[in-house]
Order: sequence, then structure tokens, then C-alpha cells
Amino acid sequence: MIIHHPLLGPRDAAEFTYMGDAKLIDRPDWQSETAAQEFYEYGYLRDNPAGWHKELWFHEAGDRSWLVVTRNTLTHEISNVELARDVARARGRSK
Amino acid sequence: MHDLKPLTALGGSEPRIERFAHVTIAENDGLALASVAARMGFEAECHGTLKALLGAVPGPGQAILHDPEAGFWMGPDQWMIGAPKDTHELLADNLKVRFADTASITEQSGAWVCFDLIGPGMADVCERLCGVPIRKMVAGDAQRTVIHQLGCFVIRRADADHLRILGPRASAGTLHHALVTAARSTA
Repeated sequence: MIIHHPLLGPRDAAEFTYMGDAKLIDRPDWQSETAAQEFYEYGYLRDNPAGWHKELWFHEAGDRSWLVVTRNTLTHEISNVELARDVARARGRSK
Repeated sequence: MHDLKPLTALGGSEPRIERFAHVTIAENDGLALASVAARMGFEAECHGTLKALLGAVPGPGQAILHDPEAGFWMGPDQWMIGAPKDTHELLADNLKVRFADTASITEQSGAWVCFDLIGPGMADVCERLCGVPIRKMVAGDAQRTVIHQLGCFVIRRADADHLRILGPRASAGTLHHALVTAARSTA
């Protein structure tokens, strides 16, 4: 499997480590009334789609950047790769 | 009065040099290093200082082989600056003055061991060690990769047969063993 790194170009998947569902970027608000339930879901519950899935990959043997990879879990086709920090900033996650 | 003698990364009083017919593996003890990480919101100012320092801002996968300070890209908004230790032992302190609050500077001289691979067999040795496309790399290409389970930087220097490898200093002996083994197997 080849991952097209947004900065470094095509790289072998062996250079990367899978770090889970990209929903981990959407950390719940700790001040919410229902924070306990939301953190339970954030910490433990994952969708397991047969198809397109947004996931976090860490370029461990490369520039150590975190990526959001949109991958089809049935075919391993990759349709989009973004820097996780760009995704997080677009959602207002960075202060 | 103490009479302290500095040791190289491999523990010797002099840098170790292994000579083979096709390649020389030389421990390079003369490098001062410091990392630069742009602070959020100050990226443009940080780039300006880098440009004044190196002549250009190293892009992804690139090194600027400038003299006396050289630098390479480590990751988004992160760079490593290197200079001769004899003249720039206080590199990190000096960079901190220069970059002020636009970047975080970390002393790196004590964190890395540097080996220079020089000779016609350099590419053969490199291919045994890691997955970088060494024969496509040109002077000024710098990649982070894994050698012998160790995260290392490989930098193609100005001479076509010269590769510089920076690896974790605490594992200098392991990395040296890997380099020498690869050199023997390609001799």
C-alpha cells in the first residue's frame, strides 16, 4: 500500500503506523453537561465501516507528521491524504 | 583542577574511521546542532530569519548546504541547523538570540551521532541500510528514515559520493555496527 504524503510524495505504508479513527481529533468539550457520556463514547466506541474510513496515520519512519488518510477498508484504495494539523485547524481545534 | 577530556559518540578520544576499498565510514565529531521549531503565528518571521541565516528556507526533504551554518527540513515548521563545533559550540544560544520568540530552539549536539559515508560504494551501502531512493537523490536532499530500527536522517552532501547520516547518539555503537556490516557485505 502506498500513502501519498502531502509534503513528501508517495511513501510505502511500512513507514507509517496506524493510529486509529480520525474522529479522535474531535475531542468532546469537558465542560459539557453530558461530558462523561461523551468521553465514554470518545474513548471506547468506534464505527467499523466496510468502505470509506477516515483514519490517523503517523509517519514514524519519516517526518513524524500525523496524517488523516481516507481509505476504503474493502479495497485499501486511498482517496485523500491530509496533514492532521490542517484538518484539526480547519475545525478550530488549534488555539 | 580537573583535567577532563571529551569523548566522541563511540567513546574514543579521536573520531573512529573505518576504511574499505569502496567506502570510508568516518565518525564526525565536529558538528554542533540545534533544532528550530516555528511558533504558531510567527511562521513568516521564522522563515525570514532562516532565510537570512541559510540563504533560503529548506523545503520538505531538502537541506541547504550553506557555510558555516547549514540546515535541513525535519518536519512541518521544523528544521535542524548544523555548524562546525569549533566555531559554533554555542549554536543553540546564538540561534535563540536570533530567533527570539518566533521559534523554539533546542540544543541537539549531544543527541546525535554523525557518520560520513564517502566513496564510490556509498549508494550500495545506503541501499542495504534504508529505503531512501539514494540513486535519485541529488546534493541537498535530506530524508528521515529508519536504519537498523533507529530513526536517522540521511543527507546527500555536495560531493556525489558523500552521504551524511545522523542517528541517535545513545545508539552510536549500534548504528556504527550496522554501517560497518553493510560496508563489509558490499565490499
